[in-house]
Order: sequence, then C-alpha cells, then structure tokens
Amino acid sequence: MAKTTSWEIVMGLEVHVELATKTKIFCSCTTEFGGDPNTHCCPICTGMPGVLPSLNRQVVNYATRAGLALNCEITRYNKFDRKNYFYPDLPKAYQISQLYLPICRNGGVEIEAEGGGKKIIGIHEIHMEEDAGKLVHDPWTDSTMVDYNRCGVPLIEIVSEPDFRSANEVIRYLEKLKAILQFIGVSDCKMQEGSLRADINLSVRPVGSDKFGTRTEMKNMNSFKAIARAINGESKRQIEVLEEGGTVKQETRRWDDNKDASFAMRSKEDAQDYKYFPEPDLIPIEISEEVIKQTRNSLPELPEAKRQRYVSELGLSEYDAAQITTSKYLVALFEENLAAGYPAKELANWIMGEVMRMLSDSGKEPEEMGFDYRYLGALIGMVQKNEITRNTAKKVFKAVFEEGCDPVKYVEEHNLKTVTDTGAVKKAIEEVVAANQKSVDEYKSGKEKALQYLIGQSMRALRGKADPQTVTAILKELLG
Amino acid sequence: MTALELGATIKKGDISAVEAAKFSLGQIDKYDSKFSCFVTVQDDVLARAEEVQKKIAAGEYTSPLAGVPMGIKDNMCQKGIQTSCGSLMLKSFKPTYNATAVEEIMNAGAVPLGKLNMDEFAMGSTSETSYFGATRNPWNVDCVPGGSSGGSAAAVAAGECFYALGSDTGGSIRQPASFCGVTGIKPTYGSVSRFGLVAYASSLDQIGPLARNAADCAAVLGEIMKQDKKDNTSVATDGVDLNAVLNYDVKGMKIGIPTDFFGEGLDKDVAATIEAAAKQLESMGATVEKFDMPIVKYAIPAYYIIASAEASSNLSRYDGIKYGYRADDFEDLLDLYTKSRSEGFGMEVKRRIMLGCFVLSSGYYDAYYRKALQAKALIKGAFDKAFEKYDLILGPVAPTTALKIGENLSDPLKMYLGDIYTVMINLAGLPAASVPCGFDSEGMPVGMHLIGNYFNETKILGAAHAYQQVTDWHKRTPAEI
Amino acid sequence: MVITDELVTYLEALGRIKLPEESRAKAQSDLQEILQYIDTLSELDTEGIEPMSHALPLTNVMRDDEVQPSIPTEDVLANAPAQKDNYFLVPRSFE
Repeated sequence: MAKTTSWEIVMGLEVHVELATKTKIFCSCTTEFGGDPNTHCCPICTGMPGVLPSLNRQVVNYATRAGLALNCEITRYNKFDRKNYFYPDLPKAYQISQLYLPICRNGGVEIEAEGGGKKIIGIHEIHMEEDAGKLVHDPWTDSTMVDYNRCGVPLIEIVSEPDFRSANEVIRYLEKLKAILQFIGVSDCKMQEGSLRADINLSVRPVGSDKFGTRTEMKNMNSFKAIARAINGESKRQIEVLEEGGTVKQETRRWDDNKDASFAMRSKEDAQDYKYFPEPDLIPIEISEEVIKQTRNSLPELPEAKRQRYVSELGLSEYDAAQITTSKYLVALFEENLAAGYPAKELANWIMGEVMRMLSDSGKEPEEMGFDYRYLGALIGMVQKNEITRNTAKKVFKAVFEEGCDPVKYVEEHNLKTVTDTGAVKKAIEEVVAANQKSVDEYKSGKEKALQYLIGQSMRALRGKADPQTVTAILKELLG
Repeated sequence: MTALELGATIKKGDISAVEAAKFSLGQIDKYDSKFSCFVTVQDDVLARAEEVQKKIAAGEYTSPLAGVPMGIKDNMCQKGIQTSCGSLMLKSFKPTYNATAVEEIMNAGAVPLGKLNMDEFAMGSTSETSYFGATRNPWNVDCVPGGSSGGSAAAVAAGECFYALGSDTGGSIRQPASFCGVTGIKPTYGSVSRFGLVAYASSLDQIGPLARNAADCAAVLGEIMKQDKKDNTSVATDGVDLNAVLNYDVKGMKIGIPTDFFGEGLDKDVAATIEAAAKQLESMGATVEKFDMPIVKYAIPAYYIIASAEASSNLSRYDGIKYGYRADDFEDLLDLYTKSRSEGFGMEVKRRIMLGCFVLSSGYYDAYYRKALQAKALIKGAFDKAFEKYDLILGPVAPTTALKIGENLSDPLKMYLGDIYTVMINLAGLPAASVPCGFDSEGMPVGMHLIGNYFNETKILGAAHAYQQVTDWHKRTPAEI
Repeated sequence: MVITDELVTYLEALGRIKLPEESRAKAQSDLQEILQYIDTLSELDTEGIEPMSHALPLTNVMRDDEVQPSIPTEDVLANAPAQKDNYFLVPRSFE
C-alpha cells in the first residue's frame, strides 16, 4: 500500500464503572475500597460450594438511573447470564453478567466533535455484572496471591458503538460519562481506584473506506493520559503494520504506559468460548413503566442542562460553564457558594483560576478536594469586605486547598487582615516617603515609575495588608 | 418405630434424646459396615442429643421431631463437618456455614448422626460413583440402593436413622426411595431453600425428606419448607397445610395415569405392582383413568442437556485454589487446574462436564440448550393441562427395581434411560413422591410415583398416607434388619 | 453430530480436565452414544415456543443494600490448599 494513504482510526469503548452501592451485588459484604486482603469476603463472594447469589436492589436502581441519564431504552424484562471462564480472580469460574437481555440499550451521549460541532456517540448497551478479585505478584515465591475483596463489587459495563475517530473524542466522551455518572450519584468514578476503567477496541482503515479493519483490544485503561497515549501508540503500530504490507491480528494487547508501547498478551490456549447461558440461580427482573417514570423524575439536573443554564441565567462564559460542569465536585463548589449568596462571576473566576491551578499543580482530581466548600465563599467574602486583599486571598486559598484550613481563622492567626486604620497606613507611608527622598524627587520630576517603586515600598512596609488603591491615594496626596 | 412415634415418645419422657441417639449409633455400628450408608458419622452426636434433650425439657424445642436422630446427604453444608459430595474433590472440605435446610432442621431439634453417601456430586442413579465406595441395598447387598441419595434411602431402610434429608435433581430422592422401599418426596421447586446445597443443576435441584412413611415426610417437610432470602429462587409456601396430610381422604380424587409411562423398557413386575396400587386407590374411592402424554420421550434428552450444562458451570469452581483437592505437582496455572480437576473428579462427573461444555459451546447453544429450554416449556405445559383434569398423576418411579451392583456403571446411556419417569418432574418443577407399593418376584421393593401440581404436597402425601393406612408395604423391613 | 477426537480434546480444554489415556476411546464412544440419543430432541417441534429457564414465573426478588459483617479472614482461607499472608496462593498468572 502506498505510504501516501491517510488513515482513519475507528474505536469503540467498553467502560466498566463500579457502582456506589454500600454492599456487593450478590452478597452483603462491604464494597469499601482496599482493606486487608480477604477481609471483605463471605462464602458467597468467594464462591464456596452451595452458596447462592442474592441480588442487591440498589444495583438495579443505579443501572436504571445510568441508562436513563445516558438516553437508553430500559429493557423492561431483563435477566442475568453466566459467562464461564477459568481465572484465579474469578472464584466461581463464571461471572454473573447480562448477555441476552441487558438492562439498557440504544442510548447515546453528545460530545464536541473533532472538527467542531456536536457528535453523538451511540451506546449499544449497558449491562450489570460483578467485578473480579485482585491478583498480586509475589516475587519471593514467584507466585500470584489472590485477594477477593473486590470480588462481587457491582459494575455496569457501558458498551459504545464504534463511533470514535480520535483520542480527543474518546477523552471527551469519558469526561462526559464520568460527570454524568457522578451527578446522578451512581458511581464516584475514581479512576485511580479503578472504579472507572475502559477497554478500547481500535482498528484503522484508509480514509473513505466504509469497511472496518481488524481490531485489537486494550483492556483496563484507567487514566485519561494513558488512554490518549495508548490510542496514539496503538494506531501508529497498526498503520505501520498495514503500510509494511502486513495484517493486524485480532488480539488483546496490553498497553505499557512506561514503555509507551502495546504488547500482545499471551493468547489463551483456546479461543474464548464463554459458554454463556441464563443464570439459573437468579430470576428475571421486571422494570415497570411506573418505576422508569419515577426514576426519570428523580434524576438531578444533568451537566448539559446545567451548562446551558449557567450561560443563559448566570451569565458565565461558554467555556467557564463547560469546564465547571465537567465535575460534580466543581459544580458543588460553585452551587453551594452561589446558594450562600456569592456572585456567580466571582465564583467562576475563582474556580477557573485558583482552583484549577491548584488542581493541576497538585495533580489531583476535583473529587479529591478535601476542604469544606464553604471556605471558598468565606474567602471571597473577606475580599468583598476589604478584610484581605486579593493577593492575600490567593495565598490563603493555597493553605485552604492544601491543608483544608479555615480561611477566617488562618487570616486571623497569621495576622493577614488589611490594615484599615488610615492613620497607621499614613504613618507607614510617611516613613517610606521620608526614607526615599531620591524617588520622591524623581516622581516630582515626572518619572511615573518612581511612584510604582514607592507604592511597592509602602506595601512591603505594610506587609501587603493594605489596600493598594488606598496606598496610592495617600501617596499621591503626600507627594502633592 | 417411625420418626413421629419416636418424637412423641421422647416428648412424653419415655425415652430420652440421648437414648435414641445411642440406639441409632448402635444400629450404625451393627449395619453400616455392610451397607456403607454413612460417609461420616459425627463425633458430637451424644453431646448434641444431650443439648436437645435439655432444650426439649425447657420447652425450647417443640417440634414433633425434636430429639429424633437423622442423617444428612453429604451434599448439604454443615458447619465444621466434612461435606464431600461423595468426591475426592471435596474430601477435605469443611464448610464454615450451614445450609438453610440443615439450619431449619436443627432448629426443630434434630440430632444429626452424620453425612450420607451419594453418587459423586449427585450424578448417578446407583450411588456407585461415590469416591467413598458404593452403598449397598439393605434388601439385597448385591444390589444398588439407587441414587443419587442412595445413602439416605438405605440408611432409613436399614434403620440406621429415622429419617434423612436427600436431594433430587432428576429423581435422586424418589428412585432410591423406590429401590429401598421407603417414602420420599421432592417438593415443588423453590419450596425448600437450596442455600448450602452443593449445586449439581441449579434449576432442577431440590431438597426433600426420605422416611419410613408419608406422615414422617410431611413432618420433616413442614420444618424445612420455608422461603429463604438467601435463595432468590425460593418461594412462599404459606398455602401448603401439611397438617392436613393426616386426615386426607382420597374419595372423589381424580388420578391420571399416563399411558406413555407404560411403554417399552418397563419391567413387568413393576408394571403389575403399579397397576395393583392404582386399583387399591380406586377401591378407596379415587377415580383412575389413563391419558396420553407423548412428550415423555423428550424428557431425558432435555434433562441431560440442561443438567449437564448447569453442572459443567457449577463444578468449574473446583479448581484447586480456594478449597478442595489440589494436585501435588503442577507446572503452571493451567496444569494446576487440569491436574486437580482430572484427579479430583471421577469418570461420570468428567463425562457430564464434557457433555455440558459441548451443549453450551459456541455454535451449539441454540440447537441444544435453547431447544432443551423449549422442551422444558412444553413439558410444563403438558403437566399444566393434565392437572386441569387430575388431582394427581400416578405411575412407576423407575422402569425396574434395584439393579445389581456394577450392572449399569459401564453403560452410561442405559443408566440415563432409567430416569425416564423422574426427570420430567424436575424439568417442570413439580412435587412428586415415591411410595412403597409392593415387591417384584425377587423380593425387591417397588415405589409408586405420585405427582402433584405446584404446592400440592399435601395432596400427594395425604393420598400416600391414606394408602399407607390400608397397606403395609411401607412397614416391611429387609430380612436382615 | 460426530464426536471426533479433536472435539474430545476441545471439550477437555473447555472443562479443564484430561481423560486418562486408557478411558479416552470409551469416553468418546459413550459421548457419541449419549449425543445420538439426545439428538432425538431435534424431532420435537418447538416452533414459536419461548425457552423457559424458570418453571415458576417469579420476578424481582431482591435484597436491600445493607451491609452485614463479612466472615473472619481465617474462615475465608480455612479450606485453602495454599495461602500466604492471608492471600490465596496460585502459580504465577501474570503475562
């Protein structure tokens, strides 16, 4: 094939999301993350002989909520199936999942398309299933150690149509999914804890072709950055293979983010034959029109609606509104303080400025903001009342963000309040003027720069706690 | 003495639970070396009996069965007691939890003597596939006791226990009850919790009692038939009044006999005995008529597809990692799986795993498994139609009486065909009992199959009880006992 | 349907079992015989019949989302053939 061919990447995503239930899907063990090995376990989630699954109602509720928020049809009569395969992290040697009648089908999510404009990513289906345990390599015995704490944590798997054409689209879709699922309260979507993981099915084809190429699958990707790199790396690899006249093998590949390359996983000794069949231990689930209606009515305002409202009613810019509504936690930070009476624009400026900066500097996700959201309002309030200067406020916010400090106390303790006693301010400035006769002369001879110097010296003398405008006014007055 | 008679005697104070337990342990000592009914005899029997006796005296245990020694099939989990399922795979397995049925019967003051032998993982109709060796039929030690609850049936027949819990996936309570001349009932699917019953075929498995007569079965069933939150397939049985069993009259009852039950393969003696039993019921005021049920011939294929498919999945958890047998040496993970499972499972289990893998494998699912589920729907439909007309359906439990040891072991298909009358009941999820109704020319017991509509356990056991008031087949005991 | 030697090997692999060499031929012919019998089911007209997994028409049996205590770790591992530091131990199973 000529090297001049330009290529199109085609991708579909299977996103696994751990649901925020208190208990596992088929037993009453806690779903809490972590814990000492095999401490969140019982005979059911460790697949002991004779035990039976007992379905958690909340899982069905959450899956229904997710389906409705992602514009799916709810399968009124749905049921569980067994997916059979042997692996040490799967104690029953089958995963209870849904193949034949998944709970949600035919949905979609709107994202910004690569070339501008909007684009719908189709959702083929959402099904409920159980998570597997965790394997830990033991270098001492060169064995694998198995921990079943995660076993049976409820998941929904959101299967998209092969609608993605670039890494950006994938990331936007994932951001959107994450925001929606967080908003409706069905998952915390903590990627670093693996509660949102994506499998990427990727193929390439010459631009203009309407046939799909052979795809590879990269499993369990749990960071946006790694996903973007994996897509670029794997698509390049496939294009190279094809341009050298080779063929892409349908296989599962593992993305090694450190080596910036994907590697074929050792193929299982036989083709996967999961021997799916209806789960006899669980009975079908019927979801009535009534329940669907109730669930729909109970959904909170979704990010898209919020974004529009922030622009039209609160006067935020399109960009600010879009950024804030990517995260339930940024929205909470914004709305909680809005409700307390702080101005929308000012809040948006703070979030887009200091909050985003601190997040990016610290590498944290919005859900990891550990401070009391009311502190941002308190800080803004102090600025509004001229109790502290804007610059001081920014410094204080760092302490709020990093250590969760109460800003009012912090200002108090560090004596950061603006000096409001004009007598004291005037005295300090008079001393500066007296000590800097040279600059005073320069100013008087018309050098504006000298005034800046004197303001700086005055602010320094006041340890930054005076209002710069007041300082300027007093200086000008003194200098005549 | 029946379980209820013993229970009443204990209640009166004429015998203590401890004396009863000692008696049963003595019977086990005397006979079990010959019949091999028990895989495990518990070492805490007398301690438990003492505890039960105290609680009876304190009025805590009021069940008519309190203090009665009994046995539990070795596929029901009992805390701290080896639960082997007749397999090397689970020889070392001691559950840390109780099956719900075990829990319920303990709450009624049962004194468990130990765990009863069975076909490996309940797969078989002879109790010969047990890793622990074959159980023998107390009526003739050269014969099998039937299976898979062969240990349960033989122990009751030999008087080693007063009643036993068994499980029935395709006839595993009824066929051994028939072969050993005891009464046994498989209740409606879902009426006894399956929690803690080691699964063979989940959609068909059901726990039930084996005892000396219908009244005892009703009493045991009354204790274990409860809806259980731990089993999502379990159902409420509030409408079932088992107390009514004792006053049941068959007068006016309509009984249907499927002509298709009397086709090729049915032993002449068995046929004659069943006909005689039908006549007896007729003479007691029931009307008996024959009807056609052509779907019968598809029951075995449908059953073996569904049962082996579910079994292949249910038995995948035995992988040498969490519990059970692990091969001594292995090269890697795959080798660990394959060696542990190949060494830990016997031939019949391997055969059904392979058959189950086949019918579920990609490309064959629709032709086999899906088709079998359609046949299941048709079988249920045929019974629904029959029960519009009849109160009970009557027939043989098995085409023959107990076979000689080893007779069918090498011919699996022949063994499967012996399940012809029983498996369709499990497919439909209906209740059905085996009631002793005579003997063949060799002196081996014959059981009559009484099949009822859903939740009609009272009708089945009521008719059986009425029958047992005027016959004494159930009272006969093997010559040696 | 013919049970070939390859099919037997495939089914062994699916079931993670290996038949002893000496009983392989017998197992193959037994399976063949059983399957032949099972194939009689194909005669049954099931056109338009909904496959039935559960004989009783139950739906929506579920439990509430309330945490119950897990069991002690020593009970989780009580029957484990191999364990280390409260983990189950298996041969290396990483790529």
